[in-house]
Amino acid sequence: MADYKLIGKNYTTPDIVAKVTGRARYAEDYRAEGMLFCKLLLSPRPHARVTRIDASAALALPGVHAVLTADDMPAPPPRPGPPRPVPPAAGAAAGAAPGAAAAAAPAPPPRPTIAPEFALTNEPLYEGEPILAVAADSEEIAAAAIERIVVDYEPLSFVIDPLESLRPGGPNGRTEGNVFVGQNVETLKWTPADIAQIAEGKFPSGAEATETLVFGDIEKGFAEADLIIERDHYQQTTPHQPLETRTAMAYWQNGKLYLHGSTQSVARTVAAVANWVGIKPEELVLISEYTGGGFGSKIPGAQSMAIPALLSKKLNGRPVMMRISREEETYIGRTRPGYQGWMRMGFKKDGRVIAADVFVVESAGPYRRQGDHATSANNASLMYQVPNMRFRGVSVATNTPPPTSQRAPGGLQASVMFEPMIDEAARKLGVDRVAIRKLNAPEGAAVFGLAPVDAPPGRPRNKLTSCFVKEALDKGAAMFNWEERRQRSGQRRGSKATGVAVATGSYTAGSIGVDGLCVLKPDGKLYIHQGIGNLGTHSVIDTARVIAEMVNMPWDKCVVVWGNTGEHVPWSSIQAGSQTTYAHTRANYATGMALKRNFQMLAAHDLGGSPDDYDVANERVFRKGNPGRAITFAKAAERAIQLGGAFDGHELPKEINAMTRTSATALAGLGLMGVARDNLPRDGSTYSFQAAFMEVEVDLETGVYEIIDYLAVADVGTVVNPRSLGGQIHGGAVQGIGHVRSQRLVYDPHYGAALANRLHHNKPPTILDIPVQLKWAAVELPDPSNPIGAKGIGEPAIGAGAGALICALADAVGDGLLLRTPVLPEQILMSVAAGKPAYEPLTAFI
Amino acid sequence: MPEGPIASVPGQESGVSRRNFIKGVIAAGATVSASAYLFRANIAGQDSALPGAVERLITLNVNGQDRRVDVLKHETLATTLRYKLGLTGTKLGCDRAECGACTVLVDDVPHYSCSVLTHTVRGKKIVSIEGLAAPDGTLHPVQQAVVNGQGFQCAFCMPGFVMATVGYLKTNPSPSRAELAHGISGNLCRCADYNKILDCMMDAADLTRRA
Repeated sequence: MADYKLIGKNYTTPDIVAKVTGRARYAEDYRAEGMLFCKLLLSPRPHARVTRIDASAALALPGVHAVLTADDMPAPPPRPGPPRPVPPAAGAAAGAAPGAAAAAAPAPPPRPTIAPEFALTNEPLYEGEPILAVAADSEEIAAAAIERIVVDYEPLSFVIDPLESLRPGGPNGRTEGNVFVGQNVETLKWTPADIAQIAEGKFPSGAEATETLVFGDIEKGFAEADLIIERDHYQQTTPHQPLETRTAMAYWQNGKLYLHGSTQSVARTVAAVANWVGIKPEELVLISEYTGGGFGSKIPGAQSMAIPALLSKKLNGRPVMMRISREEETYIGRTRPGYQGWMRMGFKKDGRVIAADVFVVESAGPYRRQGDHATSANNASLMYQVPNMRFRGVSVATNTPPPTSQRAPGGLQASVMFEPMIDEAARKLGVDRVAIRKLNAPEGAAVFGLAPVDAPPGRPRNKLTSCFVKEALDKGAAMFNWEERRQRSGQRRGSKATGVAVATGSYTAGSIGVDGLCVLKPDGKLYIHQGIGNLGTHSVIDTARVIAEMVNMPWDKCVVVWGNTGEHVPWSSIQAGSQTTYAHTRANYATGMALKRNFQMLAAHDLGGSPDDYDVANERVFRKGNPGRAITFAKAAERAIQLGGAFDGHELPKEINAMTRTSATALAGLGLMGVARDNLPRDGSTYSFQAAFMEVEVDLETGVYEIIDYLAVADVGTVVNPRSLGGQIHGGAVQGIGHVRSQRLVYDPHYGAALANRLHHNKPPTILDIPVQLKWAAVELPDPSNPIGAKGIGEPAIGAGAGALICALADAVGDGLLLRTPVLPEQILMSVAAGKPAYEPLTAFI
Repeated sequence: MPEGPIASVPGQESGVSRRNFIKGVIAAGATVSASAYLFRANIAGQDSALPGAVERLITLNVNGQDRRVDVLKHETLATTLRYKLGLTGTKLGCDRAECGACTVLVDDVPHYSCSVLTHTVRGKKIVSIEGLAAPDGTLHPVQQAVVNGQGFQCAFCMPGFVMATVGYLKTNPSPSRAELAHGISGNLCRCADYNKILDCMMDAADLTRRA
């Protein structure tokens, strides 16, 4: 590994003192002259049409300034691609002769299109969806005004449990239908025979699916299998619950919208907010220096940010603060979609996975196909290198809070679905559980993935840029003392049974093609501009250090500029999907090279010779072999401004993205500029991997369990920031543990009413739910497609933690008993007593 | 599902099974919270023009200074600190004593300031995150330990955890790791950086003892 001065070293991030003294400002911490407050009116019904709004009594209240409704929302931008067919009017369709349409139109019948989601709506599709907002002098007046507004609703059919919607005659979550197929809504009802299976607590694996992906030949695969395991499966819907809700404050000045919001990304939030507000991206100044967590729920900010922005616009730019309460956050703050499903896996005697067949019904909320279910199948294809596989899925519209990506969307679920089946096979075949994972694991440039049934043959599969999960398993087994500790499986101590387990997690870990931007100014400091967000992963600072590393700049002479588009940020990756560390070490490597080249060009211009005769160190650009012939960085910055052109940003590389060009143009003339796009080659997709080891103790008299020990070993390539990596590995693990242990949303299906909207009820993990000391390590083998060898980490950590817990519980109590999450003590008691899954095997939202 | 349809158009429910009846009862219980979208007790604003909303001028001792402030009788300490005294380091994560982000010290004891009425703490010493560091900027040992260990991720919970730790260490200056975890277990970290937080806070106990 290269001998780095900064990369791979612990350091103090420049934001931590502000955080620990309370000076760091999150969205709700901003104040502005004349600031008003707004409150939302949320739908009390799970699905309805608003037929009348009478806000006159509210507007008459002193201190009330404006009411914003769905009618004030800007029109959606036209969708990319060709226009979609418009469904015929109901009368026209009914009047057409049945044969005429079939004869005239070989094309598929027109499908209904889905109205996009808006911040406010006249057709609420879940309880708690915002209907309108009021701006007033104080929040108390706004709340009083809300209570004076009369809203009439026409109730519409709704559904909470997806399987209910698939019954013949069952309710639809949307007026257009009940299942999402691509961008559209269709209607799917299963047969009475399918439904009869559900009534017996069995998932109908032969039912009709709306999407199918395949690889190989599953019939052949299962025919060759020595062992076949088949299990039903349920995973719950969980809310993201960042501790900072999606509060936002907005005002307009000189024709520009100034928005203080909570977002994971910054550069990649601008276009989304501009769309929601109905302005051009250049009319927005977005400020989000500190974000109190997101976990996928704030990737481009939040659609609700448009509410204070549009209220402020109505009020000639007067600042409006929208505080989002915890209840509101649970409604509008997004979820991970729940699964109801079934898996069958075939194994050879030695433990090799020979076939896998998966069916998942995804609880998709009311607005769109989420697609976690297909990702889970893809993940299994990767992790077990399955030679014959089929995935079938249905995305059912439910009148529950809309899903979006939640940390390792589909990846977490994959670990929870498949890892216990791998263990069950290992036990039945007498193969060690570490060994069976190594036997099936990908390595190097392994290929994986499924394709639609009608995909043209010969389509290349995904290929990895690197994979060292076997090395992670080996390192973890040695550190955890696996050989000795696996002997404790099932051991009893009084009423307590021990479980010991290993599990793996994997996920995407990096994208390409983004930009970097920095300026060395005459004050001798290097200003590194970053367009990714600051939500606590530290990658916004970590990846800036790559530029400093490349020009040998002392870290205390570097200033990282982030979190404010008014301060000119480059085009960046979204801060999600474990992308930023990989994407921005690449982009900032390219930018560091560009900056160094600019130093060399400037030195050659002023001191003679060719650029390659010069190198940079000790804040000087100097002639190799003659270090006395040098220019200081500060002086070089002055000279760059005098010389102009490409030196100070007056000439820019053609290939940089438009946002970077705008930002670099604004910074031109301030010093020696480094700006570049990541055009480095990459052959394949970049994934990170993790192996986790856990010991639990389950009290068989109470069903309560305790996690005794946890170790995770990550394959994340080169380690960039060890302490923060540890934080990601453990934080992800604990979130995964929360998924298996306690977190859920509960709904009353009869009224469509939320029953668990507070943290006390939906139970994110606490400090007492985990061992008092967690452990981690990294294999530290670089990814060859990244110039410093780094890959992302956020996502794989959560699946490994969740998988380790569900496997450890099964190790303690037996295979095939705990087929739904969260695993509650009563579920353990009932299922162990019955010797079979005995706790609502498939019912959703309980 | 063994029972009849359990989700349908309201007014068209067919039959009442035992389970539906029980769920209906649960839902009725939930109506109380479902209708309470607006939390009238915990509002933010400079004042209120609403009838019956009487403000009273009181003196609060915050971070060693006496501060004169108008408060409503139902105003929480978190609201007063954040919206009247400008001390926004105290965070609101749930506004109902579930997450601990708003923890401050009242006479050296950690309290959820979202659930303390401001008028009840007259005459008491209130310390928020802004009051920990010395006037010259020297960090409190607990703050310094967080910086030393690069503790926390998004840090929205950080002020509450720091205040809870400062308060806990006053009662148990030499805790075991397990005791300290219990001592600060009233605070949630959604990034779940608990392990690194405990690393920092054990170091904080050391630094505090030596200070």
